[in-house]
Amino acid sequence: MQAQSEYGYNSKIEGDVVLTTVDAALAWFRKNSVWPMPMGLACCAIELMAVGASRFDISRFGSEVMRFSPRQADCMIVAGTVTYKMAAVLKRVYDQMPEPKWVIAMGACASTGGMYRSYAVLQGVDNIVPVDVYIGGCPPRPEAVLDALMKIQEKIGKQPILQETVAAKLLNLQEK
Amino acid sequence: MSALESAKKIKARFGDLVSEPMEFRGEISLKINNAEKIFDVCSFAKEQIGFGYLVDITSVDNYGEDPRWTVVYHLRAIVNGDEIRLKADVSEEKSQLPSVLPVWRTANWHEREIYDMMGIRFSGHPDLRRILMWEGYPYFPLRKDFPLAGKPTDLPGVAFTKPAPLEGGPFVTLPSGADAVSREPRVRNPEE
Repeated sequence: MQAQSEYGYNSKIEGDVVLTTVDAALAWFRKNSVWPMPMGLACCAIELMAVGASRFDISRFGSEVMRFSPRQADCMIVAGTVTYKMAAVLKRVYDQMPEPKWVIAMGACASTGGMYRSYAVLQGVDNIVPVDVYIGGCPPRPEAVLDALMKIQEKIGKQPILQETVAAKLLNLQEK
Repeated sequence: MSALESAKKIKARFGDLVSEPMEFRGEISLKINNAEKIFDVCSFAKEQIGFGYLVDITSVDNYGEDPRWTVVYHLRAIVNGDEIRLKADVSEEKSQLPSVLPVWRTANWHEREIYDMMGIRFSGHPDLRRILMWEGYPYFPLRKDFPLAGKPTDLPGVAFTKPAPLEGGPFVTLPSGADAVSREPRVRNPEE
């Protein structure tokens, strides 16, 4: 009968079955296509360009889709000195990014203000947005940026997606 | 024509308004005794002598002295490479002098920068807004009485500032140190 093979599982064609949880699969999708928002503010942005170029090739980690619109980005890479004048803009761009979102503070300036102990420079971007990974260096090597990206991926891979929402819904129902 | 000859020409044209040319390490400076006349001197220097390029305008805060401000103009003649420097003192009460924007249009942003950092105004400037700090920032951060770490401000929706931590600071360089270690920025208290 033809109908059976059309709707059933044909192991000869489709190979072995992989079992996983929905959460793990979703996390796997998520972490391997992190779309960065390149918030290039100073010389770190030059290194960030190198990360995107062929020698270091960020696309090996699925993050080559640099998005200059915050609406389409998951991960803001703050590359450079954040002045107070730029801080409000940076916060606004971050607020415009859809959830879930992550932040990498690239380099000494974005992490702590760096050598700019000054009236004009925000002393660490974590004063205004939550940072997931800090990268040391002035500027950091491209390898360090890739390492940070791998750390972000590790973090994303561990974050519950459906579990959390389902649990929250159940909790809500109970409370009602 | 050397820079010194150019300076003497300016001196000859303006007389007592301009000091004798001062030479230091091969560089010629002229002091303008009345800052209100800076426009006339600059205009003459460009049109009659050929200082076609305004390299920079900068300002000095002689904190604790009177007059408090010195505004410094660096001029260059492109054709022969001559450079001279014009200095004009401005008192703190006045804090204003004529804009030289009609002479060199590049003066626009230089004057805005001085206004932003020192709070010296330029009369006749068409667009005297802050250039580096944002509109509404209440201080002039390059003044000597402004602390190195900055002061707290808050302009909701635009920007805020907080004083920078200076633990162990201030970090001071010694330009005349014997080796790189003694020259590099280190914690040095002024008393030492």
